[in-house]
Amino acid sequence: MEAVRAVDSVVDKLPVIEVRDAIKRYGVGDASIFALNGVSLTIEAGEYVAIMGPSGSGKSTLMNILGALDNMTSGEYFLDGIEISSMDEIHLSIVRGRKIGFIFQSFNLIPRTTAIANVELPMAYQGVKTKERRERALVALDVVGLGDRINHEPTELSGGQQQRVAVARALVTRPALLLADEPTGALDSKSTADLLDLFDQINAAGRTVVVITHELDVAHRAKRIIRMRDGKIVSDELNKERVA
Amino acid sequence: MSVFEIVRFAIRGLFTNRLRTFLTVLGITIGVASVIILLAVGNGSSKAIQASLDRLGTNSLQVRSGGGGFGARARASASSQKPLTILDAAALMDKTQAPDILQVAPIASTNGTCVVGASTTTPSTFYGTWPAYYKASNTSIQSGSYFTNDDVTQGRRVALIGQTTATALFGTTSPIGQTMRCSGIEFTVIGLTTVKGASGFQDGDSLVLIPITTMENSITGNQPLSSIIVEATNSKTTDAAQTELTTILDARHGISGRKTADFSVFNQASLLTTASTSSKTFTTLLGMVAAISLLVGGIGITNIMLVTVIERTREIGIRKAIGAPKGAILSQFLIEATILSVLGGALGVLVGFIGSHFTIAGTKPVIVPASVFLAFGVSILIGVFFGGYPASRAASLRPIEALRHE
Repeated sequence: MEAVRAVDSVVDKLPVIEVRDAIKRYGVGDASIFALNGVSLTIEAGEYVAIMGPSGSGKSTLMNILGALDNMTSGEYFLDGIEISSMDEIHLSIVRGRKIGFIFQSFNLIPRTTAIANVELPMAYQGVKTKERRERALVALDVVGLGDRINHEPTELSGGQQQRVAVARALVTRPALLLADEPTGALDSKSTADLLDLFDQINAAGRTVVVITHELDVAHRAKRIIRMRDGKIVSDELNKERVA
Repeated sequence: MSVFEIVRFAIRGLFTNRLRTFLTVLGITIGVASVIILLAVGNGSSKAIQASLDRLGTNSLQVRSGGGGFGARARASASSQKPLTILDAAALMDKTQAPDILQVAPIASTNGTCVVGASTTTPSTFYGTWPAYYKASNTSIQSGSYFTNDDVTQGRRVALIGQTTATALFGTTSPIGQTMRCSGIEFTVIGLTTVKGASGFQDGDSLVLIPITTMENSITGNQPLSSIIVEATNSKTTDAAQTELTTILDARHGISGRKTADFSVFNQASLLTTASTSSKTFTTLLGMVAAISLLVGGIGITNIMLVTVIERTREIGIRKAIGAPKGAILSQFLIEATILSVLGGALGVLVGFIGSHFTIAGTKPVIVPASVFLAFGVSILIGVFFGGYPASRAASLRPIEALRHE
């Protein structure tokens, strides 16, 4: 029994993200540019991490690699214990669907498609049954406070509401990781506050949240702040305001 | 991800761009419909030629004045030409010299205007002949009676008229027993011929037939015949009949040795064979035009699908980011293209069938069944192949590239 518990605790402690020596290089020879120049990073389950840095620091490249949207030149990446770095496109699409929930600066909802249909979409690609899909989408939209807007198309929703639909869509597949790329970049301060409160709730419920941002106040809501510059991590510290 | 689901996505994709969908479908519809209709017109015209071939029978020969050619030589020898006369026609009825000739009908023709009260008409066919003409030319009457050999001998002023002429002169009242004035001579209408319909641009029912003697005595004088129709005893003896009539007419016109014949014999069957060959060429040309329009429709689908993919690149990126597998994206766009082409093809077949019910350029179209399957099949193949290329391009996009697309 002791041994079983020990194994269990190892499994529990399996990091959500483990990146080793990630390099992303554009171009060849002398003209090549390192967008990521040897990044190693471990994020445990349940963490709330902000990745900060000026433009050109490599934070967006890192986000694309963490989200399995782009491949790296060299290095290893384990997502929820699965090695992503050597995976083919077919399996990557499954990983993206099941393990990651994306939130983008520009919301990226499917145009001319209702909120509920947008939220149902990732489940459709996973083969969830229509009825269950509907129920889960309704719950997710309710959680983000849009239970009364389910049949609105993106153009009929405000920026803040669109981003909350995107959050509902990201959460509905119960991903291991919620990955947000400048999520407040296109929002006013009120919507920003609402969204950050929503992130707090999601993290409090045990979900791992990684936010890429260049805004200090957004980063300061996270429990851990990683700063990048020139393709490298320059600092990685707990946010003392949030972590006792 | 079920097939049903992907089909739903595809249909939704088509519905969000209604105008574009409509125009693409229209392109394919026009392509398919034109293939079907144009081939049907071509087929209809060969069928019509075939029908007149059957109707005429292959045992009919026509003799006309003049040599075979229209060149300078034919004109130069015009003075020495002997015209065809009613005596020539009579000579051909010699059973011993021409055992294969069944009957002979001389035709004298004129251009005249017929008048009844205030109504006038100019029949496109105004012939003087005798009763052998009826069978040789496949003319019958729907009411009244034929003029007889006796009418011809007596030179009576009686006439058979066609439906168009009857309507022009007498309206809806029966023309039988009425009188009309043609080229200044009064005729009693004794018969109304059966409707023949139009052949080419000529209305076969704009017709006046009178005894040849009446025409020569009262209207034209001793003008040469315009032609002589000769009917062989059966279709196998047509060639023998042609030889016999040539021999008789050569003797009568003093044609021998190097002297060029001053008459020509037209074999209806061979004329129609020529017509049927040119009709086949016509059909082929029409088919090619139609095939090009179908191809253009196909290029339309490719174009639309390319534009759709480019315009929706970002959407494809989003779909991929939330877990859409390559197959699902590929299927969605492929199904969109297939729906466009099947819909366009089906509508095209429908329009083709409807369009083929109308008479086009004087031809009643007859649908070629193979053209329907061909056009429909080609439209679907075009949709799948030409739609497949943009679809696979869309599916192979890396999500990050697709998402960056504005």
